[in-house]
Amino acid sequence: MSTTKDVLTTPILKNNPIALQILGICSALAVTSNLATALVMSLAVISVTAFSNFFVSLIRNHIPGSIRIIVQMTIIASLVIVVDQILKAFAYEISKQLSVFVGLIITNCIVMGRAEAFAMKNPPIQSFFDGVGNGLGYGLVLMFVGFFRELFGSGSLFGIEILPLVNNGGWYQGNGMLLLPPSAFFLIGLFIWGTRTLRKEQVEKPEYTMYPNTKKGAA
Amino acid sequence: MSSNNDSIGKTLTVTILLCVICSVVVSAAAVLLKPKQVANRELDRKSNILAAAGINDASKSVDELFAQIETRYVDLDSGKFVDEPVTNYDATKAAKDTELGHPVPRSEDIASIKYQANVMPVYIVRDSANELEKVILPVHGYGLWSTLYGFLALEGDLNTVVGLGFYSHAETPGLGGEVDNPAWKALWPGKEVYGDDKTDPEIRLIKGSVGADTSDAEHKVDGLSGATLTSNGVTHLLQYWMGENGYAPFLNNLRAGEA
Repeated sequence: MSTTKDVLTTPILKNNPIALQILGICSALAVTSNLATALVMSLAVISVTAFSNFFVSLIRNHIPGSIRIIVQMTIIASLVIVVDQILKAFAYEISKQLSVFVGLIITNCIVMGRAEAFAMKNPPIQSFFDGVGNGLGYGLVLMFVGFFRELFGSGSLFGIEILPLVNNGGWYQGNGMLLLPPSAFFLIGLFIWGTRTLRKEQVEKPEYTMYPNTKKGAA
Repeated sequence: MSSNNDSIGKTLTVTILLCVICSVVVSAAAVLLKPKQVANRELDRKSNILAAAGINDASKSVDELFAQIETRYVDLDSGKFVDEPVTNYDATKAAKDTELGHPVPRSEDIASIKYQANVMPVYIVRDSANELEKVILPVHGYGLWSTLYGFLALEGDLNTVVGLGFYSHAETPGLGGEVDNPAWKALWPGKEVYGDDKTDPEIRLIKGSVGADTSDAEHKVDGLSGATLTSNGVTHLLQYWMGENGYAPFLNNLRAGEA
């Protein structure tokens, strides 16, 4: 059985939920236009994956196979509502910016995926750390994307001005596209390229190869 | 134990227990945190009103600053002060209510708000001599993607703008989203809403910027570059709310001292 350290660190780079498993892309596009929202979203996802894994694992020997997905969903949904309520009470400004995306953690495939794949078969403490690890892996990508989007989109980091914008009398012309969700696609793509260059074992075998062109000189 | 997990009895037990526990947890969180959430929403609304009025003093809390502001309710049709229609009156909800609001006929609905409340809250600041110093009016209307909600603050002459600020919108960041830019908001103070006729608002956003040689400069504000539709939306919502379907009757009454 893998050690706690392994379950915690593997998902961060080696088996990153966004970069390798390509899960949870939707919210990674939506909440990364600045670092503050990306950070709060990461914390929310870390706590939801960790606790949902913990509770699912705790009752894993009593969950009837026929309704196990519903049981997992109920636990996840309850945790998401609690997190949403806490954010509304203690971080109102940020929760206004995150709007529906906290609620949509329910549909984040990472949470459900870990509950089904790991927590159903492993003891609670390890499941908890597996959740933390996967949340951290998700958070890492969010922070990476958020860093570039906020720095080059609005010239600031965590709202502190780094590159003074032309609009405010500075010299930097903000890149408007980076403030729009699709830009996160490019950044996540670059991130995946980067990790796969460093870790060749992540590169998948092509599903098929092009048949060589038999007509000589046709090109 | 796990062998009979799939029996009907076990399935039902697990389902019921899980539902009960989860609902207790969720309701507890909702009930316990509710007062704090309501307080946050109030604080947010108050700080937006203060920001529009340009009242800002870091040494005092929002509640202390808000204490100098008087909240009144105005019937838009007659332009007279009325009592709060219901406790915890919410104009956004009232707009769609059959008794408290009414649909806006399409021909008059330049700000695309569709429904309007009959009674709107207004916020009044008086100086030490109890003279009208500022009036803050909630306004909203459709931009490019979203409804912009904000406050327009006027001087005691009920014509000169103190400030305009939006607290909720979803316009394109960097283009229409520049309605939040402090540099653009700084263009508003000193502009005049009305010309000689105090019912038809003259204020509007124009393409390009207002220079020294622009005619009627006191009624014109720079448009947002690259955001013509958001700029039009801001013009429309101001023209609507400052016009006779909006606050014009009230402002005329107030000017005559009869509200």
